[in-house]
Amino acid sequence: MTDLMTDLIKYTAADTATAIASGQVSAVEVAQAHLDRIDAVDTLVNAFLHVDTEGALATARSVDDRRARGEKLGPLAGVPLALKDVFTTKGVPTTCGSKILEGWIPPYDATLTSRLKDAGVVILGKTNMDEFAMGSSTENSAYGPTRNPWDLTRVPGGSGGGSAAALAAYQAPLAIGTDTGGSIRQPAALTGTVGVKPTYGSVSRYGLVAYSSSLDQGGPCARTVLDAALLHEAIAGHDPLDSTSIDAPVPAVVAAAKLRDVRGMRIGVVKEFAGEGYQAGVMQRFNESVELLRELGAEVVEVSCPSFTLALPAYYLIAPSEASSNLARFDAMRYGLRVGDDGLASSEQVAALTRGAGFGPEVKRRIILGTYALSSGYYDAYYGSAQKVRTLISRDFDAAFAGVDVLVSPTMPTTAFPIGERVDDPMAMYLADLCTIPSNLAGNAAMSLPCGLAPEDGLPVGLQIIAPAMADDRLYRVGGAVEAALDDKWGEPLRTIGAL
Amino acid sequence: MPGITREEVAHLARLSRLELQAEELDHFAEQLDVIIGAVARVSEVAGLDVPPTSHPLPLTNVMRADEVRPSLTPEQALSGAPAAEEQRFRVPQILGED
Repeated sequence: MTDLMTDLIKYTAADTATAIASGQVSAVEVAQAHLDRIDAVDTLVNAFLHVDTEGALATARSVDDRRARGEKLGPLAGVPLALKDVFTTKGVPTTCGSKILEGWIPPYDATLTSRLKDAGVVILGKTNMDEFAMGSSTENSAYGPTRNPWDLTRVPGGSGGGSAAALAAYQAPLAIGTDTGGSIRQPAALTGTVGVKPTYGSVSRYGLVAYSSSLDQGGPCARTVLDAALLHEAIAGHDPLDSTSIDAPVPAVVAAAKLRDVRGMRIGVVKEFAGEGYQAGVMQRFNESVELLRELGAEVVEVSCPSFTLALPAYYLIAPSEASSNLARFDAMRYGLRVGDDGLASSEQVAALTRGAGFGPEVKRRIILGTYALSSGYYDAYYGSAQKVRTLISRDFDAAFAGVDVLVSPTMPTTAFPIGERVDDPMAMYLADLCTIPSNLAGNAAMSLPCGLAPEDGLPVGLQIIAPAMADDRLYRVGGAVEAALDDKWGEPLRTIGAL
Repeated sequence: MPGITREEVAHLARLSRLELQAEELDHFAEQLDVIIGAVARVSEVAGLDVPPTSHPLPLTNVMRADEVRPSLTPEQALSGAPAAEEQRFRVPQILGED
């Protein structure tokens, strides 16, 4: 094996695409290097639920053929990607981490899947996740937890722990996640990778198996800000198949990622995201990042968003309420598992038996909680109040963005916690999403990028950047500048220092 | 704010078509009581004169032209069905024998 081949898995997506386009390496060689890597480390990491070796190599061959014919290739042609198992893939299993969909082969592609295919992206397989994206650790997967490549005894975050771990373990340079309450950003923080929740409505939800429709948003995951931007531009944009898709141009995120200049930008530090429950090393790295932004020429001010303290309770009423309705479709009639159909049981009994056997504990808890919150007698006090909180949170954001261009906070109050520590304590688990949830409730854009390792445990810390809706480019401008400055400071990027 | 009892959880499980084991009911009742106690904080704003937000985008009735387009074949549509018969989903009895 040449040096180039051993290094292939450490290439950025941008460099991989350039190497393929220039003929330095073939797309098949790149795909094979990553498939070999998955083969070598995934028994430890468990990032993948399904590896599509044949499909990946076929796509790679077609990219190589197109290049041989002299066709112009797109900016991500031939680059491997790990796809969260919540997007449908025609002819390739899609489980959402649930037993209820075990063995289901969707007859259609999600819009996001089609866009990746059109861009020549090589989909390596489907990644592990908390069942139906409900969780913050990937321990709620019916197929076993994903392990954090930085420390295999710890969680990679969730729900998109498989996608984030695949990046950190060099199984893929790009991945796709979905972010309902932080499921892209929080795993990015815990694995030292980059994750972006685009503005709600900017990436199509067609073929994204719904958890909480007013919050769910697909987005890019990568090891660098520029790679995330390239993927962002490939997947975002209006889709007539999604009635909540925004019909407006996608902000120029790739150009913004390359700017590396925050001079004159106004940056707000959210006062409410600090204090009790925040790990000392997380706050240390966060405060250093704020100082760095100041040194880079940004103007930093403190802002207060008082309603954010009610975001977590509001989320755990709104998301389960929508989930209780969305997951009613898993009724054992048209696809998926069917249990107890003995010729005597009614459809209703079969549905109840199937759902009892096919859903895991967290999904059941949230369905019951949502059904409770929507019950007459409780509706106004719970769901109604949660909707008012949502308005108050949006107003807090509006007031803050009247004075600053972006907001910053830690992405998560702590570093990665040990596997098993919070699995039977739902409220402790829910706290992992404390800083990420407000952006989902308001529908704006947010990024997490690595800002160092916590001194006390040597684990990655994430810096969260939040921008107004449809100003996603500001995330990349700030993120790109911070990343470049930190790479200079460390001498080598954090992403090359990982455990595996 | 009142908590939640085991009986209420059993009732909600029936409403949501979830067959639960006895030990699941015990466990969920205990956990949901804690969760509901925590999320009940939202009722602090119940009395405020604030409009509710159900969705981040101010969209209403997105329409498209009603045109025939390619779609799944019956075989594709039935490909994931637990049981199928004569190009239809075969389901357990719905109305009972009489």
